[in-house]
Amino acid sequence: MQVKTNILSLPTEEFVHPGTRACTGCGLAIAYRVGLKALGKDTILVVPPSCLTVLQGLFPVASTKLPCLNVTFASTAAAATGILATLKTQGNEHTTVAAWAGDGGTSDIGLQALSGAAERGDNFIYFCYDNEGYMNTGVQRSGTTPIGAITANTPFKGKLQQKKDVPAIMAAHSLSYVAACSAAYPLDLYDKIKNCMNLPGTKYFHIHIPCPPGWGYDPRYGIKIGRLAVETGYYDLYEIVKGEFRLTAASEKIVEKRKLIPVREYFRAQSRFKILTDAQIADIQNQIDAKWAKYYKKDE
Amino acid sequence: MKSDAEMTWKDFEIGCIVTEPGSARAYRTGDWRSQAPRYHFEYCIKCGVCAMFCPEGCIHPNAEGHYEADLYHCKGCGICPHECPTGVIYMVEEEE
Repeated sequence: MQVKTNILSLPTEEFVHPGTRACTGCGLAIAYRVGLKALGKDTILVVPPSCLTVLQGLFPVASTKLPCLNVTFASTAAAATGILATLKTQGNEHTTVAAWAGDGGTSDIGLQALSGAAERGDNFIYFCYDNEGYMNTGVQRSGTTPIGAITANTPFKGKLQQKKDVPAIMAAHSLSYVAACSAAYPLDLYDKIKNCMNLPGTKYFHIHIPCPPGWGYDPRYGIKIGRLAVETGYYDLYEIVKGEFRLTAASEKIVEKRKLIPVREYFRAQSRFKILTDAQIADIQNQIDAKWAKYYKKDE
Repeated sequence: MKSDAEMTWKDFEIGCIVTEPGSARAYRTGDWRSQAPRYHFEYCIKCGVCAMFCPEGCIHPNAEGHYEADLYHCKGCGICPHECPTGVIYMVEEEE
C-alpha cells in the first residue's frame, strides 16, 4: 500500500509563480500548481491554446518555471510525440513529457492526435483539465459540457446533448494508466501522478475544474462546488491501472458509507443550470443512482 | 527589460521564446482585489489547508509559522477563509 501524501508533506518548491493571469478563484491554477509539484523539475510541458495559455501570461512573460512549448490546438499530443523523439535521439530517458490541454482541446479538437499517440504508446502524460466549456474565449459549449448547462451558444435551453466521457474513450485504448481527478482534491491528484510516473506508454488524466465566470458562482465557493460534484456522485474520482478499475478518495468513501448528497444541491449552486427543471434534475438523479448501484454491487 | 510600450519586433527572441522563466512574478495581481484577507492568528493551527487551496500560490508561513497571504499577488478570491478549518481568516472590504 502506497503512503498517502498529506498537506505538510507536499513539496514546498513552486513551479508556477504568482502573478498568473488566471481569473480570481481559478480551479485550474490549483490543479496546475499541485500537478507540477508532482511532475517535478525534470519535465517539459506542451500546452495548446486554452485557459492555461492565459494563465501562463501574455508575451513576453511566463509564470511557469519549467520549459513549456505552446503549440496549435489540434497538435498537442503530436507535439509531445515529437519532443519524445528528440529526447530519444539525445539519449535522454529521464525527462518527463507532460501535455496539458483543456477539454475543448482534448475532447473536440485534439482527440485525433491524442488517440494516435495513445495507439502508438508514446511515453508521456496527458492532462485534460475539464472546466466543461471553451472558457477563455467566452464560455462556449464543448464536447464535455454537461446536459442542461447554459453557455454562450446554448443561451436559452442549455446544452441538449450528453457530456462526452473522454476517460472512457481513453481507457478503451488499453492505456497503462487512466485517472479522473478533481481540483478540489489536490492531494488525490498528487498521489495519482506519483503512482503513474514509472508506468510505460501514454498516461491520461482527466481533471474536473470549477470555473467561477463560466459556471456562475462566487469565486469563494470554488472548492465547495468541486467537492459537491464528487460527493453527489455526479463526477467520480477513479484510476484504472493496467485495466484494474478502482474508485479513490471521496468516491471510495461514498461506496463505504452508501451515502450520496442529492445532485440538486450541485445544480442549484451554479447559475449555468438555472433552467434545469425539477423533472430534469430527477431524471439526472436517477441516472446517478443507477451508476452508483453498479459500484455498490461491485463492492459487495 | 524594456516596458511593453517600448518593445518593438526587433526585441523579440527568434520563435517568440520567453527567456526568463517565472517573469510573471513582477505583475501586481493584487490590484484585482476588492476584498482582502485578515487574520485571527491566535486560532491558527498551522495546518496549511489555505496554502494548498490558494489558486495563486501566494500563501506562505510567516516568521511565526502562521500561514499568511502575500498581498502583492493575492487576488482576493476568498477561498482561504471558506476552507480554513478553524475560522482564522476573514475578508474585509479593501480601501484605497
